[in-house]
Amino acid sequence: MAELRTETMTVNMGPQHPSTHGVLRLVLELDGEVIQSVMPTIGYLHTGIEKTAEQKKWQQVIPLVERMDYLAAQSNSLAYAMAVEKLLGLEMPQRVRDIRVLIAELQRLASHLIWLGTHAMEIGAVSMLFYAIRERELLLNINELIAGFRFFPSYIRIGGLREDLPRGFHEAVNAFLDRFPGKVDEFEGLLTKNDIFRRRTEGVGVISQDDAQQWGLVGPIARATGLDYDVRKYFPYLGYETYDFKIPTATEGDVYARYRVRIAEMRESVKICKQAIARIAPSGVWACDDPRVVPPPKDKVYTEMEALIQHFLIYSQGFTVPAGEAYVPIEGPRGEHGTYIVSDGTNRPWRVKMRAPSFLAIQALPAVVKGGLIADVVAVIGSTDVVMGDCDR
Amino acid sequence: MTASEIIDRLRPLVPGASFEAADSVDFATIYVTPEVLVDTCRALRDADALRFSTLIEVTAADYFPREPRFEVVYHLLSIANRLRLRIKVRVADGAQLPTVQGVWRGAGWLEREVWDMFGIVFDGHGDLRRLLMPEDWEGHPARKDYPVQIRKSAQTYEPMEVSEAEFRANIVRDRAGRN
Repeated sequence: MAELRTETMTVNMGPQHPSTHGVLRLVLELDGEVIQSVMPTIGYLHTGIEKTAEQKKWQQVIPLVERMDYLAAQSNSLAYAMAVEKLLGLEMPQRVRDIRVLIAELQRLASHLIWLGTHAMEIGAVSMLFYAIRERELLLNINELIAGFRFFPSYIRIGGLREDLPRGFHEAVNAFLDRFPGKVDEFEGLLTKNDIFRRRTEGVGVISQDDAQQWGLVGPIARATGLDYDVRKYFPYLGYETYDFKIPTATEGDVYARYRVRIAEMRESVKICKQAIARIAPSGVWACDDPRVVPPPKDKVYTEMEALIQHFLIYSQGFTVPAGEAYVPIEGPRGEHGTYIVSDGTNRPWRVKMRAPSFLAIQALPAVVKGGLIADVVAVIGSTDVVMGDCDR
Repeated sequence: MTASEIIDRLRPLVPGASFEAADSVDFATIYVTPEVLVDTCRALRDADALRFSTLIEVTAADYFPREPRFEVVYHLLSIANRLRLRIKVRVADGAQLPTVQGVWRGAGWLEREVWDMFGIVFDGHGDLRRLLMPEDWEGHPARKDYPVQIRKSAQTYEPMEVSEAEFRANIVRDRAGRN
């Protein structure tokens, strides 16, 4: 009998595939069900936001950067605003810093909820998506409350916030924070000890600590390998050093470890949110008092000539930022979200560059899934929590 | 650690190199010349007092019409020592930079994106293909002399027509090639 002849098969996955979180295309070379090689193709969502930003005034860039990582809109704008404020040398009042912390943590919860829902759905727990989206709806309602816009509120501005907190904000946030820990228990009840879920995730897609450093992965993926790096602890900003919270880590580095790290992060975020909302007075200062950047209050615009001129200048010409460069990192839901900006001293940015955690995670994907089964690719993509808008910008 | 302290530690490790400290508002920034870039990066990664084990980002900025035109920027992170560092390299249009993939594997796509967007060639990279732009794109969009809005007619491709005879011949040839 002749020897069995084997050959590899090339399979195209995506770009329109429900488990690729947008438009990621993978060309897989398979030997039976075992992956021989993977070639990711990205760029389907490249919209040239960094180039467009160079044509806009500093403040006008905020709605643009929010559309990069569309699941964590406000962590983009927070990183950008903080970078510009660094160049301007602006210090934020304590209340603004506390509100920003609260918003950043609520944004992390919203992003993790989408991750949890889609990740679990892709490996079989379909009902998880509905429970996660239901909770996220409450967070989107809070966004709607503060800015009238659910996805991209543009509430964080250079120089502070857009306006003061609306009436009913504290009630809405407290209601959510009281309800949510019980919901996390419910999520865990569905998944953490679920035999099917654990068999799909344990020992799958292992990333070692050394690999994570080599590929530049920081954030939840690296924390699942035992690295306790978190920007909030290592390089505190917005007064995170005054909050009481832990950095959850795991050591296995597999899909299940990343799941446990993110679930624990949600619980820590709730802790931070509770401390932040207790510090925030219902009304008070919502921007710094730098007249270069922050327009005067409306009643002064109507009654004082100087205020009217200042208002007109800010809204027609914008403000200038001293020449120089700054890179400001924050801990976004997917890892270190940094903004690198270069100013030439005019009212428009010379260069804006976002560090995209998803970009580096997809780069590392071939090394992670190689030698595994094709069904595990879906689990690994889900666990790295990539957002193609963030990756392609 | 300030830029001059880092340079003092680097000097004995990278002989013959000239470093230059730059002003910055956030963290230490040093200018490095392309010839010693890889050696400097390796020293920054391996020296005990530095340990910049993570490459956070590689990007560039186009200062057209200034000469040399580009500055390639590397952001490094030392988790062990809680340090950040920015390395900058001045590059003229058409000049090449050595790749730092040998030091941090994650540099591959980051450098590829810089090539895609700015047209800066990384010597020894081996995979400088389009990453974010389509494969047949002309020009490098992030350059300052590249227009923000251009009109490009949509490209369409005729569906490939293969006769049955050609199809069978292809299969036979493929199988012969694999065996």
